[in-house]
Amino acid sequence: MSVNIKIRNAIKRYGANTVISGLSLDIKEGEFFTLLGPSGCGKTTLLRMIAGFNTIEGGDFYFNENRINDLDPAKRNIGMVFQNYAIFPHLTVFKNVSFGLKNRKYEKQQLTEQTLKFLELMQIEAYKDRLPEFLSGGQQQRVALARALVIQPAVLLMDEPLSNLDAKLRVEMRTVIKDIQMNVGITTVYVTHDQEEAMAISDRIAIMKEGVIQHIGSPKDIYQRPANLFVAQFIGSTNVVNGRLNVDSNGAFLQLQEGVPIPLSNVASGVGSQDVIVSIRPEEMEISTDTQSGIDGVVENYQFLGLNTIYFIRMFGNRRLEIVQESTIDNIIQPGTKVSLHLKSEKINVFNTDGSVNLLNGVNNDLHIEDTHVS
Amino acid sequence: MFRKLDVWSFLSLFIIILYTLFLVYPLFQILSNAFSDLDGAFSLMWFDRFFSQRYYLQTLLNSFSVTFWVTIVTMVLGYPLAYFYNMYEIRFKGFLQVVIILCAMSAPFVGAYAWIQLLGRAGIITSFLRDTTGFNAMPTIYGFNGIVLVLSLQLFPLVFLYISGALKKIDNSLIEASANLGVSGIRRFFRVIIPLTMPTVFAAALLVSMRAFSDFGTPVLIGEGYRVFTVEIYNQFLGETGRNYNFAAAISVIAIVITSSIFLAQKILSDKFSFTMNSVNSIERKKAKGLFNVGIHVYSYGIVFLAYLPQILIFYQSFQRTSGKIFIPGFSLDSYRTAFQRLPRAIPNTFYIGGIALLITIIIAVFIAYLVVRRKNVVNTTIDTLSMIPFIIPGAVVAIGLIMGFNTGILVLTGTVTIMVIGLVIRRIPYTIRSSIAILQQIPITIEEAAISLGAGKMKTFFQITIPMMASGVIAGAILSWVTIITELATAIILFNVRSTTLTLAIYTFVIRGSYGLAAAMATVLSALTVISLLIYMRVTKSGEITL
Repeated sequence: MSVNIKIRNAIKRYGANTVISGLSLDIKEGEFFTLLGPSGCGKTTLLRMIAGFNTIEGGDFYFNENRINDLDPAKRNIGMVFQNYAIFPHLTVFKNVSFGLKNRKYEKQQLTEQTLKFLELMQIEAYKDRLPEFLSGGQQQRVALARALVIQPAVLLMDEPLSNLDAKLRVEMRTVIKDIQMNVGITTVYVTHDQEEAMAISDRIAIMKEGVIQHIGSPKDIYQRPANLFVAQFIGSTNVVNGRLNVDSNGAFLQLQEGVPIPLSNVASGVGSQDVIVSIRPEEMEISTDTQSGIDGVVENYQFLGLNTIYFIRMFGNRRLEIVQESTIDNIIQPGTKVSLHLKSEKINVFNTDGSVNLLNGVNNDLHIEDTHVS
Repeated sequence: MFRKLDVWSFLSLFIIILYTLFLVYPLFQILSNAFSDLDGAFSLMWFDRFFSQRYYLQTLLNSFSVTFWVTIVTMVLGYPLAYFYNMYEIRFKGFLQVVIILCAMSAPFVGAYAWIQLLGRAGIITSFLRDTTGFNAMPTIYGFNGIVLVLSLQLFPLVFLYISGALKKIDNSLIEASANLGVSGIRRFFRVIIPLTMPTVFAAALLVSMRAFSDFGTPVLIGEGYRVFTVEIYNQFLGETGRNYNFAAAISVIAIVITSSIFLAQKILSDKFSFTMNSVNSIERKKAKGLFNVGIHVYSYGIVFLAYLPQILIFYQSFQRTSGKIFIPGFSLDSYRTAFQRLPRAIPNTFYIGGIALLITIIIAVFIAYLVVRRKNVVNTTIDTLSMIPFIIPGAVVAIGLIMGFNTGILVLTGTVTIMVIGLVIRRIPYTIRSSIAILQQIPITIEEAAISLGAGKMKTFFQITIPMMASGVIAGAILSWVTIITELATAIILFNVRSTTLTLAIYTFVIRGSYGLAAAMATVLSALTVISLLIYMRVTKSGEITL
């Protein structure tokens, strides 16, 4: 009995300081939805408004058609996983997990069955009689997840649940979380500042900045066609360079400081000639030691990362670009070598000069909600 | 969700009422008495009398003098002890620390009367020196010297505990860094260690000076002609000649002004010097070499022996045979027998009154801590402020306020067990609240939110999650509170009557009557209780770490 979540014109204020002003959002039933953004962007605040731990200064929150603004947090039927796990340290693993069922007045047998089922699902039934202090971080995380899911909540809320784990465990646990979520099919709202984690785990991601959602879309949409420059820079890494877009009867051409005009086939209709900002991800260029064509540059340094090698290229306009190549068995191109660069023009993104609009076709952004008001 | 009235709102209200009734109202009584003449009209005559007569003013100057010197001496004694203890390997350091803590926990006036036994006119050491060497020029123990000696030996453990805590927070890398930069040994002590512990030095100095200024038992026993402020309050209030409630109230007001000033001065100073340290690795104790090693051992054990000497003497005397009030050769348990016969209620009363006071203190303190930490609003901030007031009010003043407030009228409590309990609760509660707040701040609020989101109500969450998580810290704090409650004298001496005599009061009574054998027996029982409490504390916390 999962639900969809509708948020309309949510407002959050701390004193005179408005953290969120008029935010609207639709989260679909059963979907894994992630709020992603730098710290202080309001993502945790929004999550805690859904959970009922933060007051709501304005707007409406709905689970399906039920407005939950004034519903007691204990009655929202929410499973929540906290950043610090918030495991009850004085209760055993079993009692932690069964705590919610007890409050729901489950009969003893049913309570035990249900608890054991989720302990098994999270593969922690072996620790059921232990106190949390004797569990590792990953195991505590599993307890927290089992405890949140066992009550069969309508919504699962997770607030940076993996940020206290080490890198390897983080990767392992995000797979566990994703599998369980698919298994149970529960609407999930997940908060993180780790973009790789968000990409790996989410059906859709909302990128937030200063209390405002910038882009809502699938990981692929957001990475490949970011709605604006902030999103392009926040997700993954990218080289940002200035350029000029010339549109005439022959089509659209991008002129960078160096090199020949590059034809672009996917400029949105109605976009005219203008100065632009170009976002080129490190993998959206190719290096060749043949200097006959393309943009000229000199290899300044490199980092060998195993799978890939990152080259730092100094351009003649004195700009420095970062380029990723798959590592080859041949020699690494040594610093000082003259090279030429070729753009994969269908992959790059072009923004207007203030970075607010992507000028290309194919941007999918669910930010704009048609039925802004539900009566 | 917190905007609605709920159980907590009513609790806030209830606590405000309690504070108003038992703290604000008595203080108001003191104020109104202090500013009224004998006919009840507004008057500054009592303040005028105090400041215009050398006799009264001198008590204030004497108290300042005692406070100042005790603070200096405790610092000079306690700081090096803490430094040696934490920087170098001291043999049997666990034992040493337990004894230091026991010194801090003993009733101050017990030390006073023990030192009279040792160094007084007919004292054991005085007589011994006179009889064997004819040495007769022993400086007198009575008056200023004695008060400073006894209070310093009583209070230096506080400095030790505070400074030890601060030294433990210094990361070893700071020591290594200073060595790396060419600063070590005595230069490091003055240029690195002392500046790093400065905020704690101020905190310890505040605590010591508050205690020294408000102490009643020590000067009354050993002060003789050297009149201090607290004794003057007592004399004006309950003295055999010329009782004057108004004048006592006026002196109380002056006392509060002074302690508040000390408190504020300390706050300003420590804010100025405050910084935070994060210690990953605490300082490693080194083994001192040669003469220096001998030196620090002699110093450490010497001071602790001196401080514990009164307890040893009393323990010894409690088993000495007596004839009337005089000790005679041989040993017996007569002192214990007689003491229990004379004041049979003392021990049960100690548990009864102390126990109730402790229970009430803990319950109120835990609720207040919760309100202050988790339910910040105007009312609860007011409670927070109110709860700190008793911290700066001398015990005698608390008692006088209670008597003035509940001597007549609708609620007459004077002479009851209830008023004793109230007095003890008021005295102890600021400390318990502070420690409960510290404990609660350690518990992430998300744990309570987790419980609520799992469907537990507010009260259920509080009792099933918050309270159990606070329990171990609160119990540890309670044991320490218990010790201070059973050794409390300044408030109890004014509030007690025959029915509510406790161990501490029994000891005091026997000392005043000159029945030193009986006093020693009772004091030994009190010491035993203290030792047992401390052992339980160490079991509960699984460590010897103590903060008072």
